[in-house]
Amino acid sequence: MLNATLKELSAQLAAKNISSVELTGEYLARIERLNPSLNAFVALDREKSLAQAKSADALIAAGKSSLLTGIPFAQKDIFCAHGWPTTCGSKMLANFVAPYDAHVIEQFNRAGAVNLGKTNMDEFAMGSSNETSYFGKVKNPWNTDAVPGGSSGGSAAAVAARLAPAATGTDTGGSIRQPAALCGISGIKPTYGTVSRYGMIAFASSLDQGGPMAKSAEDCALMLNVMTGFDPRDSTSLEREKEDYTRDLEKPLVGLRIGLPKEYFAAGLSADVAQAVEAALAEYRKLGAVTVDISLPNSQLAIPVYYVLAPAEASSNLARYDGVRYGYRAPEYGDLADMYGKTRAQGFGAEVKRRIMIGTYVLSAGYYDAYYLKAQKLRRLIAQDFSAAFQQCDVIMGPTAPTTAFNLGEKSDDPVSMYLSDIYTIAVNLAGLPGMSIPCGFGSTKLPVGLQIVGDYFAEAKMLNVAHQYQKATDWHLRQPL
Amino acid sequence: MQWEIVIGLETHAQLSTQSKIFSGAAIAYGAAPNTQACAVDLALPGVLPVFNRAAAEKAVKFGLAINARINRKSVFERKNYFYPDLPKGYQISQLELPIVAEGGTLRVQVSPASGQAYEKEVRITRAHLEEDAGKSLHEDFHGMTGIDLNRAGTPLLEIVTEPDMRSSAEAVAYAKSLHSLVRWIGICDGNMQEGSFRCDANVSVRPKGTDKLGTRCEIKNLNSFKFLEKAIDHEVQRQIDVIESGGRIVQETRLYDPDRDETRSMRSKEEANDYRYFPDPDLLPLVVDEAFIETARLTLPELPQAKRDRFVADYGLPVYDATILTASRDLSSYFEESAKTLAGDNKLVANWVIGELSATLNKEGKDIAESPIASAQFAGLMKRIQDGTISGKIAKEVFAAMWAGEGDADVIIEAKGLKQVSDSGAIEKIVDEVLAANPGMVAEFQSGKEKAFNALVGQTMKASKGKANPAQVNEILKKKLAG
Repeated sequence: MLNATLKELSAQLAAKNISSVELTGEYLARIERLNPSLNAFVALDREKSLAQAKSADALIAAGKSSLLTGIPFAQKDIFCAHGWPTTCGSKMLANFVAPYDAHVIEQFNRAGAVNLGKTNMDEFAMGSSNETSYFGKVKNPWNTDAVPGGSSGGSAAAVAARLAPAATGTDTGGSIRQPAALCGISGIKPTYGTVSRYGMIAFASSLDQGGPMAKSAEDCALMLNVMTGFDPRDSTSLEREKEDYTRDLEKPLVGLRIGLPKEYFAAGLSADVAQAVEAALAEYRKLGAVTVDISLPNSQLAIPVYYVLAPAEASSNLARYDGVRYGYRAPEYGDLADMYGKTRAQGFGAEVKRRIMIGTYVLSAGYYDAYYLKAQKLRRLIAQDFSAAFQQCDVIMGPTAPTTAFNLGEKSDDPVSMYLSDIYTIAVNLAGLPGMSIPCGFGSTKLPVGLQIVGDYFAEAKMLNVAHQYQKATDWHLRQPL
Repeated sequence: MQWEIVIGLETHAQLSTQSKIFSGAAIAYGAAPNTQACAVDLALPGVLPVFNRAAAEKAVKFGLAINARINRKSVFERKNYFYPDLPKGYQISQLELPIVAEGGTLRVQVSPASGQAYEKEVRITRAHLEEDAGKSLHEDFHGMTGIDLNRAGTPLLEIVTEPDMRSSAEAVAYAKSLHSLVRWIGICDGNMQEGSFRCDANVSVRPKGTDKLGTRCEIKNLNSFKFLEKAIDHEVQRQIDVIESGGRIVQETRLYDPDRDETRSMRSKEEANDYRYFPDPDLLPLVVDEAFIETARLTLPELPQAKRDRFVADYGLPVYDATILTASRDLSSYFEESAKTLAGDNKLVANWVIGELSATLNKEGKDIAESPIASAQFAGLMKRIQDGTISGKIAKEVFAAMWAGEGDADVIIEAKGLKQVSDSGAIEKIVDEVLAANPGMVAEFQSGKEKAFNALVGQTMKASKGKANPAQVNEILKKKLAG
């Protein structure tokens, strides 16, 4: 059952071989046993989950179920879920219980899915190792000395350790793809505007995008069918016709043009990761694809541009955590300025404070043009690189991260080296493109390697097809930590 | 030294939409604290703003009314600062690209305390959309502050002028004219007590004849025309005193204290926030196309200036009367309906609307829309003055009865027997009695005292209970006394 696909689980439920209550109960039991060592979940509510499972069983009994009905999903703790603690990994929101559902949560609820619990994450999604969470580090199930990646590290670890059939994540600079790569699972960040951001706690609004994290591309496609859709409550939500992301899964890859950006295979890429990626590319050639050398000449600008724009937006997005209306407030303070100062000094962790300061600085009078405005211009150049590249190829491939999972604590004192672990993923967010990571082997330390697939705008169905065909030919996605 | 005063105004007009500018919460005034604040207004984690297009329509109407250029694409930006009644830690406003761009003007009638009334054109630099903040309540919380977010997210149009005004009288004339315009075109209720229309004044002085602007001070939140005038007058005097005693004006924000009639410093330029404006990534640029603008144009009523000119041309009114009658759209409609119904002496109708009707409304604190006398009824009264059925004096009595709800003019005239006596036989009889009863006055008149004649007219009118036709009384008295 632990390796069952969503389709198989759905069939089991429909055939009444197992009930949703039983399935949910089994996962809860597994979480109870394994979570203490992994710390992937920050909130569990057996009663709530089982109540949802019971309703799902009723739907199934009444013949009113849909594909995901009765299947439990882990939800990243960045999504507001009515009645659930929603902390965003921060002390600031440690006491916050969401009074409403995010659009993504609503969509799962409508489908009759079960909320299995809230997963750990880097504080306010700022981090690439899940070490910045107020609720403690998440461990990589493949090696508990290693990081699971971040910020959706809890979701990635939960799926890898089979504590949940699948989970949600969010991706601002790689937060779905990088932990998916480091934990050996599949995850996709859709085109910006495809998944509503309503109820998804904002980090950097122009980059944030929710998406699925699962064992396979096919499962991702099925989840995407539920998670996407126009939402008038998010002004950046795109009003497009609903599509079936599974429609192209079975298409052969003969003639597929895979673009290989030379910048993604240059210095900084560790040899074992390069080797696994090369092997995956060889597999694709066997499937009939051709590889094309391309260039994304402004790649080296992605990290500096991102670390101006994302902190700028974050510094403003996080201003609402002021101790006035909800969340943490310093127990003792003098005047108003002191209340703000102490509340925010005590409520936010170091990485969040670092980014708020960077963001405040780059938006300040006298610096705005040199940083924020310049970064916006470069952002357009980065997007143009991709547009030009997609003239030559159908998808772009490369490593998701430059290395396999590094050790806990290894980079936590060196922010720049930490930031570099998102070097291949960040440009995709800046361009608003869809990006995906699938497992493609293991590195020298027996830790998973992720293959990144980047598509043109709205090319999710094609990317999922490309990933699914690979997963039919290989079994990396079926490997699980012991 | 002779000083020239330079004033620019920034006015916040609350747009009369049904719901807030970025959320679905209602904006009705006076609700219990925080009952009109939804998740978006409270800035809960994860919520997002959605722009209310009704606010754009009202802003565009304003832009068209002042003949400004409308930006087809305008951009919402975040103005970042911390304050307890600012839930998101930023206000969504417009900076670089406001919806109403340059080119707008307002022609205003200035009536200074001394000297001739004159017309002045004030240029409007821009008008932009933004959201209001909530309210901090410092009373009743025993050393704590209460926060009411009902007002947070209320749509505002901030209207900014060039520094074109040269006296407090000009500033007040502009503010009144703008106040009238926003109500006229139906984008703002103009209720100043409730904060729907409030002004900030930028004031500076410079030696007369020089071009360079002096250092300005901004006086915040002036919510009555009287305070606007007094605050400017006070601030001008303060600045002149500082400069003349060798000091220097510091650019700062000042608050007007109406109780002490003085302005005091709130914060200097150095202390001012760095608002770190940047385009709001949660909102797309606001795009208004030609069709949207044309729809707004079609729903615009005839504007005050055009109507004033038309009243002069079509109704033969003096500019002064036409200006007063077009101070509000309701008043102008009332006049026009009455004049059309009467189809006679337009000046008579104007006099009565400006005079008795306006005075009574003022006295009772009522708006023209609340007048108990409908324009058709009012025209009925005018008709009886015009055809000589009643005198102007009796008409005031009839007007009062109509106001009290006693019915139409004709009913009241009939019931109270107020019909003017124009029967010369009857008047002669009264005159004879008055002359017989007042031999002293007659003697005075005949000894050359003209005033005695007026006294005799008065006596005759009194004896007729005001009903005698005054022109006939004059004529008959003259004849008899000469006789």
